[in-house]
Amino acid sequence: MGGALSPDALPLAGAPARSVPAGIGGIAAQSVEKRDAGSLREAHFSQSVIRVEGLHKSYDTPAGPFPVLKDVDLSIAPGEFVAVMGPSGSGKSTFMNILGCLDRPSAGHYVLDGRSVAELSKDELALLRNRTIGFVFQGFNLLPRMNLEDNVALPLVYYGVEREERRARARKMLQRVGLGNYAKSLPNRISGGQQQRVAIARALVNQPRLILADEPTGNLDSHTGEEIMALFDELNREGITIVLVTHEADIARHARRQVSFLDGCIVQDGPTEHHDDNPSRPPLVRGGVETPSPDKGRDGEGLECLE
Amino acid sequence: MLAAMLGEAWHAMGANRLRTFLTMLGMVIGVGAVVLMMAVGQGAQYAVSQSISSMGSNLFILISGSTTSGGVRSGSGGAPTLTVADADAIAELPGVRAVAPVHTGRTQMVYGPNNWSSSTYGTTPSYLDVRSWSVASGYPFTDSDLRSATRVALIGKTAAKNLFGDEDPVGKTIRVGQSPFVILGVLGAKGQSLDGRDQDDTLLIPLTTAQRKVYGTPFQGAVRMIMVQAETAAGMPAVEKSMVSLLRQRHRLREGMDNDFYLRNLAEAADSAAETTRTMSLLLGAIASVSLLVGGIGIMNIMLVSVTERTREIGIRLAIGSRERDIMLQFLLEAIIISVVGCFIGLALGVGGALLANYLTDAMVVISGSSVLVAFGVAASVGVFFGFYPARKAARLDPIEALRYQ
Ligand SMILES: Nc1ncnc2c1ncn2[C@@H]1O[C@H](COP(=O)(O)OP(=O)(O)O)[C@@H](O)[C@H]1O
Ligand SMILES: [Mg+2]
Repeated sequence: MGGALSPDALPLAGAPARSVPAGIGGIAAQSVEKRDAGSLREAHFSQSVIRVEGLHKSYDTPAGPFPVLKDVDLSIAPGEFVAVMGPSGSGKSTFMNILGCLDRPSAGHYVLDGRSVAELSKDELALLRNRTIGFVFQGFNLLPRMNLEDNVALPLVYYGVEREERRARARKMLQRVGLGNYAKSLPNRISGGQQQRVAIARALVNQPRLILADEPTGNLDSHTGEEIMALFDELNREGITIVLVTHEADIARHARRQVSFLDGCIVQDGPTEHHDDNPSRPPLVRGGVETPSPDKGRDGEGLECLE
Repeated sequence: MLAAMLGEAWHAMGANRLRTFLTMLGMVIGVGAVVLMMAVGQGAQYAVSQSISSMGSNLFILISGSTTSGGVRSGSGGAPTLTVADADAIAELPGVRAVAPVHTGRTQMVYGPNNWSSSTYGTTPSYLDVRSWSVASGYPFTDSDLRSATRVALIGKTAAKNLFGDEDPVGKTIRVGQSPFVILGVLGAKGQSLDGRDQDDTLLIPLTTAQRKVYGTPFQGAVRMIMVQAETAAGMPAVEKSMVSLLRQRHRLREGMDNDFYLRNLAEAADSAAETTRTMSLLLGAIASVSLLVGGIGIMNIMLVSVTERTREIGIRLAIGSRERDIMLQFLLEAIIISVVGCFIGLALGVGGALLANYLTDAMVVISGSSVLVAFGVAASVGVFFGFYPARKAARLDPIEALRYQ
């Protein structure tokens, strides 16, 4: 972790008072509709794209269950751009996989787009992955034997779209990410940054409400990373909700809200500095606002995790 | 959707051509073997049913049998125990349709520069009825020929061909032994008998002529055998019983003495021959099916390898929203394509092999539409059956586990 990252990445150590604004205290400090916190919470509940409560996840290992996520609460409203940060091994990917309906939590609630994910069948989950969520991986995950157009069009196959329309929409998406001329190329013929663009085009082709990206710039140099982030900025401006894992502060600055994980807990949740002084943005919705039980303090949790 | 999946399956198979080809080869050999073996089996069945129907229906053969003299038994036909009078008596029995006494032998025939040896049967005009044998050209000899023992003959197709070539035998005179015979007619083609003899290599002459002028007999009226045709198949056991008791009575055989004749029920012999060939062709089919089974297991094996190899791909597909059944269909399609394409090639080879066998050998090989359909259906089901487990394994993969797979 570079020195530039430390103020953001290790907030608890540096400035505990500032770095725990997500609790009930956070509302008071910001004086956002303090008198009507209950109805606000209700409003945000129904409004959230993602709402997670008391989420636990432990992996079964030969040495017994290994807890990775410990009582995570988070709410993300439509149109938000959230950066998930934290050191390696803190459970970010595990969290993202659960958000992406690729994995199931061990305990807790996950409400995606108003639907409780735990109650959905496998086919309904597939449908969510196909239509509601676009997942972008660190390793691009394109199918190596298919040309770019077919890769981008693949989600449409499972959506039941006709061949000609599939092709047209895939082409449009490729153009949109600046790769219109590469439709017939194979993934191994293009650079990593270009592959990630194709992966984003694939994630977008079904017009999802939500993009989940797990370290999308992790395999790219910083310049290419910036290009990818510019693309995400643009998507967010169009209203797509974006949750993005990164441990680079420069990347995280593109988001308006930053959630930090440490050892399976959210230890910090607040606006990124860069966007806080951008008045054109609508007021931020904090995860802490939706904390279901007010007496469950975030400070305690954070400290607990630090122990 | 299905079209897209077919395209993808084709693609995936093309990515590993040699392996796809080798997997297919198992099916090719399996189907080819089944088709060929079924063709051979059906050919045998066909040949047998042909000879059975050429034999005539509801037949008994009585063969003059062994006499026991001083403890030494002669073999069947060794002693002339049956007579024309026996035949006449049997003809009177209820349930008997026709009776033909036959005196068998072999003669050398000469026509011009050609000579040929054939089985020569001295018999009565009713022989043609009993054997349901037609005269293809000319006309048969009659009872008056029988009474006056004229030197006339009916000639079988094979004998005629060897003696006359392309010439029309009707009305020609041939030499049999030392005597001239006039050919009255040519018999219709009969083909092989159950024991593999060419029934068309034959000469029919009046019984009396045979006894007096060709072979000569130990005593007047003795015959080698009597062919008896019952009116119905159901009536055969009753006819058999009454014949035996009639002959025992006529031959003055006391209680406890063996029959001095042999009786064969040809309908039973035909049934058992048909049964034998049916069993044989089933056995051939069963053996060939084993190779089809092995081919199917080969498909399953390769599909399992393929699922493991493509675990990550499956993970990606699941992540972008494919349902279990989509993945399942994809792998099932691959298995079915392999087995069905293999089946087509196998069919072509099997049919080709059968035609080649027909062309190169005398053996009759029959390809029926049903055997082709069966092979095709079996191949498709082999694909589904052996593809199902790997496909289900692929579909049941956990998305995140599959994505993590290296
Ligand atoms: N399938 C698994 N089985 C067991 N432990 C796992 C598994 N996946 C991840 N972990 C463990 O869970 C912890 C969190 O992993 P992860 O969510 O990948 O963290 P991050 O993405 O923040 O680096 C790590 O300690 C990792 O070793
Ligand atoms: Mg990770």
